[in-house]
Amino acid sequence: MPEQPDDDGAIAATGMGGAMDLATSEGETLEKTRGGPEGAGPQEKPRSLWSDAWRDLRRNPVFIISGLIILFLVFISLWPSAIASGSPLKCDLAKAQQGSQPGHPFGFNGQGCDVYTRTVYGARTSVTVGVCATLGVALLGSVLGGLAGFFGGASDSVLSRITDIFFAIPVVLGGLVLLSVVTNNSIWPVIGFMVLLGWPQISRIARGSVITVKQNDFVQAARALGASNSRMLLRHIAPNAVAPVIVVATIALGTYIALEATLSYLGVGLKPPSVSWGIDISAASPYIRNAPHALLWPSGALAITVLAFIMLGDAVRDALDPKLR
Amino acid sequence: MRGATHAKWAACAVAVALAATACGGDDSDSGSGTGSDSGAVLSSSWGDPQNPLEPANTNEVQGGKVLDMIFRSLKKYDPETGEAEDMLAESIETTDSQNFTITIKDWTFSNGEKVTAKSFVDAWNYGASLKNNQKNAYFFGYIEGYDKTHPEDGSKQSADTLSGLKVVDDKTFTVKLSQKFSTFPETLGYPAFAPLPQAFFDDHDAWLSKPVGNGPYAIDSYAKGSQMSLRAWDAYPGEDKAQNGGVDLKVYTDNNTAYTDLMAGNLDLVDDVPASQLQNVQADLGDRYLNTPAGIIQTLAFPFYDDDWNKAGMEKVRTGLSRAIDREQITETIFQKTRTPATDWTSPVLGEDGGFKEGLCGDACEYDADAAKRLIEEGGGLPGGQVKITYNADTGSHKEWVDAVCNSINNALDNERACVGNPVGTFADFRSQITDHKMSGPFRAGWQMDYPLIQNFLQPLYYTNASSNDGKWSNKEFDDLVDQANAESDTAKAIGLFQDAEEVVRDNMAAIPLWYQNGSAGYSERLSDVRLNPFSVPVYNEIKVG
Amino acid sequence: MGRYVVRRLLQMIPVFIGATLLIFLMVNVMGDPIAGLCGDRQCDPATAAQLEKEFGLDKPVWQQYLTYMGNVFTGDFGTAFNGQEVTELMSTAFPVTIRLTIVAILFEIVIGITLGVVTGLRRGRPVDTGVLLVTLVVISVPTFVTGLLLQLLLGVEWGWIKPSVSTDATFDELIVPGLVLASVSLAYVTRLTRTSIAENKRSDYVRTAVAKGLPQRRVITRHLLRNSLIPVVTFIGTDIGALMGGAIVTERIFNIHGVGYQLYQGILRQNTQTVVGFVTVLVLVFLVANLLVDLLYAVLDPRIRYA
Repeated sequence: MPEQPDDDGAIAATGMGGAMDLATSEGETLEKTRGGPEGAGPQEKPRSLWSDAWRDLRRNPVFIISGLIILFLVFISLWPSAIASGSPLKCDLAKAQQGSQPGHPFGFNGQGCDVYTRTVYGARTSVTVGVCATLGVALLGSVLGGLAGFFGGASDSVLSRITDIFFAIPVVLGGLVLLSVVTNNSIWPVIGFMVLLGWPQISRIARGSVITVKQNDFVQAARALGASNSRMLLRHIAPNAVAPVIVVATIALGTYIALEATLSYLGVGLKPPSVSWGIDISAASPYIRNAPHALLWPSGALAITVLAFIMLGDAVRDALDPKLR
Repeated sequence: MRGATHAKWAACAVAVALAATACGGDDSDSGSGTGSDSGAVLSSSWGDPQNPLEPANTNEVQGGKVLDMIFRSLKKYDPETGEAEDMLAESIETTDSQNFTITIKDWTFSNGEKVTAKSFVDAWNYGASLKNNQKNAYFFGYIEGYDKTHPEDGSKQSADTLSGLKVVDDKTFTVKLSQKFSTFPETLGYPAFAPLPQAFFDDHDAWLSKPVGNGPYAIDSYAKGSQMSLRAWDAYPGEDKAQNGGVDLKVYTDNNTAYTDLMAGNLDLVDDVPASQLQNVQADLGDRYLNTPAGIIQTLAFPFYDDDWNKAGMEKVRTGLSRAIDREQITETIFQKTRTPATDWTSPVLGEDGGFKEGLCGDACEYDADAAKRLIEEGGGLPGGQVKITYNADTGSHKEWVDAVCNSINNALDNERACVGNPVGTFADFRSQITDHKMSGPFRAGWQMDYPLIQNFLQPLYYTNASSNDGKWSNKEFDDLVDQANAESDTAKAIGLFQDAEEVVRDNMAAIPLWYQNGSAGYSERLSDVRLNPFSVPVYNEIKVG
Repeated sequence: MGRYVVRRLLQMIPVFIGATLLIFLMVNVMGDPIAGLCGDRQCDPATAAQLEKEFGLDKPVWQQYLTYMGNVFTGDFGTAFNGQEVTELMSTAFPVTIRLTIVAILFEIVIGITLGVVTGLRRGRPVDTGVLLVTLVVISVPTFVTGLLLQLLLGVEWGWIKPSVSTDATFDELIVPGLVLASVSLAYVTRLTRTSIAENKRSDYVRTAVAKGLPQRRVITRHLLRNSLIPVVTFIGTDIGALMGGAIVTERIFNIHGVGYQLYQGILRQNTQTVVGFVTVLVLVFLVANLLVDLLYAVLDPRIRYA
């Protein structure tokens, strides 16, 4: 219960400790690090859940590490030339598929372009696409899904059936139709497209989650106490329903970065001379037998990015979960 | 540091796994012991034909493969030299290059029907008749009466049969052309000219579900979209009898899968080795790999309807672009020598007697960065400061070579953005944009010959308003030379005139020749005597199994 | 409950009409499909016009749509450009794809939920970290590469499987393709389960169950898991469509002539009849799957009721 979060946590920790493997198996350093000072905190004066969460986050090493990785990604997205001196478009076919050599630590790809430079320069496009598409999908999806789940009845029917129609559009068809009319070579139509086709999934997840959460006693209690709809949604339901949305969104971030390449492959996404991890990954994939290094580095960069956001998502979720306090 | 070690480890793991697989795969046992078995059936990769399997309606290689096995026409192109030799034709006689008298040999269809003069005339009339929607109808365009059976403007056809075709008796028919065309008999090896049995007309649907022809193979069963089983036709009257028991054509969703199946020993023949595996064929297959010249040339065409590309001086820019492309490097690295740098606008499979002239392009096709830069500057620079090479993204791996061509141009011109690729989602959209004159820069143009004649490499592509003149290039001098060549009954002289016309193409750089394409194929240890014909189709009837 | 189901079934009608109309319009917007039928050559105008007439493409779009829908209701889904009946294409493609989807979903349920429970109970332990790393690999390495490597290793090197699936596409042939197809979804299912489990293991009912002295196994399966499954079930419900219609890469690698492949071909060739026909059936599948998921909510959490 959000109103008395600490009670729950204390009982959980003591009551279950050692009683069963369920509890002992946690071994959560998170809890220990915040247990002490926080334990007394909330009882002194009621604070908003969100500021509580922020306090938690700042002390969470998982959050700090993921934050540092993300800051680094932002940095190279803004100033790629700071750590890569060459040009990502400088390609010499004579060096195609060559391995690591001085000045070119990651070797060359199939077109003879420097893999290191392209991986660094690809960050801007890929991180922007991944983050913006994920944010757009998560916002649109959870708002629409949340409303459908919360109000139920006719609004649920209408919103859910619209979701169904969007589900029906095959990505390939949608891409060929909607993106082929775009003539400028910009990432925003691509992001818009991903949001348009991606929100139904988050919407259904959010709806399901809200439907479960709204059955809880604390929501019924808040309703009985006359809380407004918006207060109930934001203060009571959202924090408890957000976990699955975060999980799906953080993984989806990686798939959007890859989807960007699929769209490019179909000839409707970003066109050359754009540089992105997705484009390089899909170009290197068929040559995995001969030049695995050309695939490894952009894929590795993608993996680290996804890792950072999964860790961030975990930390945020933990911070929002009153039961863990 | 830690990251780097991890990555290195992963790379090694992948490399080891791959090396292991690359070395394996050869140990599949070759079941049937020694000596070839003329009853054994081989399996071969296939793609779903795009159109119904009617001879005059098949314009791509997958359908063509089947027609090649189940049909024999008046002529047949020699798999080695590409020369047109008499097949069903006893004789084709003419005195004026316009009226032909054709007599045929004794022959039957695999359902027992006799092949008669009527089989040909009916088939050709069917192909030429607008209401039958045959996509190769234009092959009959030289025959008198075509304008009535297939009115150009789409108005209602006023005749069902070609007035230029007459059955004389069971074995003889005459053909009257609407103009002189000395090499007409040489075109008759194309599958569109195949004879059709009465069964085709009596029960069309039944025929389509299991086509019947007069070739060395007969179709045993056909499951659309998955497999076609062809069996050697024992009573085949021709001399090129099948040397094996039959062929199972298996439809693959991807040529890479077919290649993997070949390595695993589940498939005998792949006639389209995926580009990404070309580097591995040596290790995977050893000498069971074919890389044979085919009558295919790849070029870059230009939109001559766009003033930017048609104004005076642009021929220098086009030549400059041609000289900025390092064909040698690209064919070696991207295509692993399955393409040969082009030095003219035809194909080596024509042979020197047939009109292929190595080096006709001269300097204009030699890579020279300085000359390229100078020529483009002299010609007034690239229109808009950048060229976009348009291609379709859905078939073939065009992206790779277009990117390589652009990188080559960019390096030659010292400008990273001088050239970029411009993919179009689907082939249909690409073709519509070409037809609607929407191209704003060079675009991919490929040409696979219909028949091995120099005429076929020039007239359909560069003659004013010809069917495949996608760039709408038009040049009086070229047209005149082609007309003269077609009317010339002396073959050597005609070829000389065609080559003169080709030089006009060169001087204007109407299209940049890129490379000649080879056919590539890999096969299992069970097979021998495998080869590809100049149309890059395996010569199935010669393959021995065992 | 019964009335709810009936109402949901009735709602399918507008969705069905809306979705087919949308797809129909989209394929139409793509442009002229005839241009792609004549190879690297301009179709001669007379033949092109004739073909347009035959496929009904010369009529206005709304009329084409009405004719098409009229035919659909009589069971006629039209013919593809190669003269094959769309119903025939569907009757070969759907059974294969349904089998592939079943295999993939079984993997998601069995492996995904098991891993999710294990990692949820042991957060931060090596097993959790290990599963996270595998998840990252699955997300960042394209399906194409995983599929290809598995095919080379299992199919060519070790000879455990045939690299390509035969036309029959039996269940045992579909195990490896199903695993490849399920791989990315597995990552979702695992992490969704893990999060839910981690969240719910501290809730009152679990504590009560433990306090009652119930065996751990029973606590996990009957109480913890059941209440943690709603997001997982929702995800799998939304995934069915993606697995059936979007398995293009997997189907291509393993030579499976299924729905994803046929749909992809149809789209590239702008074959309205094929695309709309396949999507129509897929829409029905989504609708039924979503209805089932909603009904499952009530089973998993008795507090949820449908009027």
